[in-house]
Amino acid sequence: MKLPLGPGSLLVIIPAFNEEGAIAGVVRSVLRHVPDTPVLVIDDSSTDGTRAAARAAGAELLCLPHHLGLGGAVQAGYKLAFELGFEYVIRVDGDGQHNAADIPRILEALTTSGCEMIIGSRFVEGAGAPSSFARTLGIRFFRAVLRPILGKRVHDPTSGFVGVNRRALEVFSHSFPLEYPEIEALVVLQRRRFRFQEVPCKMYRRAAGRSSITGLKSFYYMAHVLLGVFMNVLKYEGRRRREPDAGAGG
Amino acid sequence: MDRLLNVTTAVSIVLLLMVLVSIRRAHIRVEYSMSWLFAAFGLLALSRCRPALNFVASRIGLGADSPLALFLIGGSVFLIMFFRYSIIVSHLRDDNIALAQRVAILEFHIRNSGNHG
Repeated sequence: MKLPLGPGSLLVIIPAFNEEGAIAGVVRSVLRHVPDTPVLVIDDSSTDGTRAAARAAGAELLCLPHHLGLGGAVQAGYKLAFELGFEYVIRVDGDGQHNAADIPRILEALTTSGCEMIIGSRFVEGAGAPSSFARTLGIRFFRAVLRPILGKRVHDPTSGFVGVNRRALEVFSHSFPLEYPEIEALVVLQRRRFRFQEVPCKMYRRAAGRSSITGLKSFYYMAHVLLGVFMNVLKYEGRRRREPDAGAGG
Repeated sequence: MDRLLNVTTAVSIVLLLMVLVSIRRAHIRVEYSMSWLFAAFGLLALSRCRPALNFVASRIGLGADSPLALFLIGGSVFLIMFFRYSIIVSHLRDDNIALAQRVAILEFHIRNSGNHG
């Protein structure tokens, strides 16, 4: 990784756990669409050939000593990016669901909109959305839950295709949900009165492997995320009552 | 009732011995053994001191000589202890995650400085 970094520096992070079948294609696709951008694969202690495949495809590696789960892996990437001084970080999933061709669009929105977070969304105009019935139902449920909390509609709250600027990076390197992070992360940002925006992105079905949220786990996921969201709201409300300016400064 | 109290006495003595042996063998840290020791002593005291057990039983609305009181108290104490240990485990997990992230980042810096050095 070339240091020091110039202004407007971008890092693409790809959290991966046992994604041997898809990771090389994802890394190559990112490098093809944003050629001079460093790509960091965060290997969450995979037991297959994920590391070797990512390295061979041209990615830098951040190797976690043991399995932390998605949130822990993503936060490790955010921490490193913040320490190295990157201005923007875009997260792409390692399973091949995200279209790297959308990265420039997310980056442009990050640099021009003034928002702290840009979400690549399947459900805004012009996007592609292959999603299962159960997942679509879950997304609709969380849309309804988040609407009054965030004060605006979020079409795709479970999207992992997100870009953040340095202000959000600083917050996330200290406070980031460690399990099922996407939805709670929105509330964490809301607590700081940060802004987010969605841009249309095309998404594919997984290139390899299978989702970790299946069957009974989806009920656990819903309960876990709901609890996390409401705890974040309560913390924010409590803080706001104690300090009237809380949230504005992060 | 007497037989039941003898059983709880035996259980509390076994628990007490297990905790003490574990401390001696350094299988459990002293600070985490204290609540188990207090629980075992409490159970032992209530099992051997009938007036104390009757007093507690009447205070929680059960009749005197009610064995249910012993189980209610024991169950409540263990629930509180399990909750306390859940808090400790949660703190340890958070520390563990932060340490694992730090190790990975330091290894990255070392590897990167090696490549450029």
